[in-house]
Amino acid sequence: MTNLASGVRLDACGKTFDDGTQALEPIDLEIAAGETVVLLGPSGCGKTTTLRIIAGLEQPDAGGRVWFGAEDVTALPIERRNVGMVFQSYALFPNMSVAGNIGYGLKVRRVEAAARSREVLRLLDMMHLSGMGERRVDQLSGGQRQRVALARALAVRPRVLLLDEPLTALDAKLRESLRIDIDRLLRTLGMTAVYVTHDQAEAMALGDRIAVMSHGRIAQIGTPQDIYYRPATEFVADFIGTMNRLPGQCHDGVLRVAGGSLPLPADGHGADHAMFRPQDGQIVAPGQGDLAGRIAAVFFLGNATRIIVELDDVQSVVVETGERRAFREGDRVGVRVDPGGIMTLRR
Amino acid sequence: MSARRGPRFVAQLSFTMLVCAFLIVPVVLSVLAGVSVNFFIGVKSGLTLRWVGEVWSLYRDSIFLSMKIAIACLAVTLVLGVPIAYVLARAANRWTRLFEELLVLPVAVPGLATALALILFYGEWRAFRASWTFILVGHVLFTLPFMVRSVVAVMSAIDLRTLEDAAASLGAGFLQRFFGVIIPNARAGILAGALMVVTLSIGEFNITWMLHTPLTKTIPVGLADSYASMRLEIGSAYTIVFFIMIVPLLIAMQWLSAERNPGKAAT
Ligand SMILES: Nc1ncnc2c1ncn2[C@@H]1O[C@H](COP(=O)(O)OP(=O)(O)OP(=O)(O)O)[C@@H](O)[C@H]1O
Ligand SMILES: [Mg+2]
Repeated sequence: MTNLASGVRLDACGKTFDDGTQALEPIDLEIAAGETVVLLGPSGCGKTTTLRIIAGLEQPDAGGRVWFGAEDVTALPIERRNVGMVFQSYALFPNMSVAGNIGYGLKVRRVEAAARSREVLRLLDMMHLSGMGERRVDQLSGGQRQRVALARALAVRPRVLLLDEPLTALDAKLRESLRIDIDRLLRTLGMTAVYVTHDQAEAMALGDRIAVMSHGRIAQIGTPQDIYYRPATEFVADFIGTMNRLPGQCHDGVLRVAGGSLPLPADGHGADHAMFRPQDGQIVAPGQGDLAGRIAAVFFLGNATRIIVELDDVQSVVVETGERRAFREGDRVGVRVDPGGIMTLRR
Repeated sequence: MSARRGPRFVAQLSFTMLVCAFLIVPVVLSVLAGVSVNFFIGVKSGLTLRWVGEVWSLYRDSIFLSMKIAIACLAVTLVLGVPIAYVLARAANRWTRLFEELLVLPVAVPGLATALALILFYGEWRAFRASWTFILVGHVLFTLPFMVRSVVAVMSAIDLRTLEDAAASLGAGFLQRFFGVIIPNARAGILAGALMVVTLSIGEFNITWMLHTPLTKTIPVGLADSYASMRLEIGSAYTIVFFIMIVPLLIAMQWLSAERNPGKAAT
């Protein structure tokens, strides 16, 4: 397959709807050719709106520009932008067979029938749908429908593939397997892709970079590791996974907090708080470790045990461990924190 | 259902049968009258198709006119109704709902009033007033809401907007989307609306009776005419002819809606 993928750039693209809702403040976003960027954020934060601006289904407010590579496509309607779209609700055409759906974009482009059906067969094969071409779309499972939708979007060799929560309607198992397939496809085809989700595990697994959005703004954009270990704002820290945050006073690079003290990282000297992930904490004997407290609750999660340790009346921390010890509520314990896992918000 | 049927079941069954009989017996009698040699003597007098033949020769023009008007009415309601339904289903806001209500007005207002309004407005245009297209206008006013509502219902049930977005992303311009995706997926509603329009147009009496001229008589107007001025047997034979035209349409409509409902689960 020839690679027609192009990079995408949004310049100051804001969106105010007719009813006055400002869904998006003017944002800048640059996606390299062949890169997968995941838009992640809570409901209503503007993910779909951003995607629709890239697609051409929504016009940005005056001043905003959309670029595909070196071409300014702001004024082009969606049907002339050559994008592929995949929707949460599949949006397959009920009046067409599986093959009819996949071949629709080629038919619209007046590709002759023989070439079209060859291409459809190739895509069916690629999506593990061989032999299903003549089925009606309502005879397919959810996972199969979404594969058809992907094949349909890929058939037109889009410059950029846009996916809006494509796995949300599927159950957990299917979601996992289709996610792996999508990941493989995006890599082998060298597709430029924008993937919307509010599932952080999906975002981590798929994204070359993740843009965490909040209230119509990009709160932080970076690699999954960046976002996870170097959150730029309180919102990002809290949205991605569980984060312990303890306020305190800094003395010589050590933060005094409830129940003890924590060494601050070199770039965090002078901070008024420290944060760490639950898996960077460890339950140790009372009197040892960095923090002292009492076990308030224990949850066995299967692959790990989550322990909530109360440090005083106000502050508590969450620790997650794979140890097979028994932890009892009410026990006095110490918490040791891996110094490499301690971080502060950049200011 | 259990094998033992209590007295309650028997009572319900008898009541249902009684109601059916109440409705059907007059129809059967009327049909019999239409094929009896002499109504006052009854079926004993012998069966004949003479009256039906008589109706054919007397009212053939009415039958053809009714068909012509029904087909023209269908064409107009399709061309106007489907795009209107599309706009209503796509926009779906306060104004479109208001418009949808307004559209039903000709159904709610007595046909005589609609007809009177048409005559007051257009009566001066002699040629128009005397032609069958005058009746057509009345029929379109009366049937358009049924077409629009039927199509809107189906279009609102599918996620039209997303289907259209998908088609557009694949490169389809508006016309390609409209004829390739929207119309085929609203097919059930369009078909149901079409049957409804044809049935209503063929059976419409109130408006037509006011609008017709001696040269533009439709089937129901002819029916009233034959009841008023012909032998009872001819009027009854006319009923038979009317049934032959309308019953297949009614059955098709029932069949369509039965077809549509079990299919609901699969979207
Ligand atoms: N057509 C519209 N008219 C008015 N407001 C809109 C419209 N579309 C979206 N909005 C508003 O814009 C904001 C952002 O919507 P958007 O659909 O982009 O959110 P999202 O991040 O995709 O959320 P979700 O995860 O729920 O899909 C929301 O407050 C929403 O109510
Ligand atoms: Mg959304």
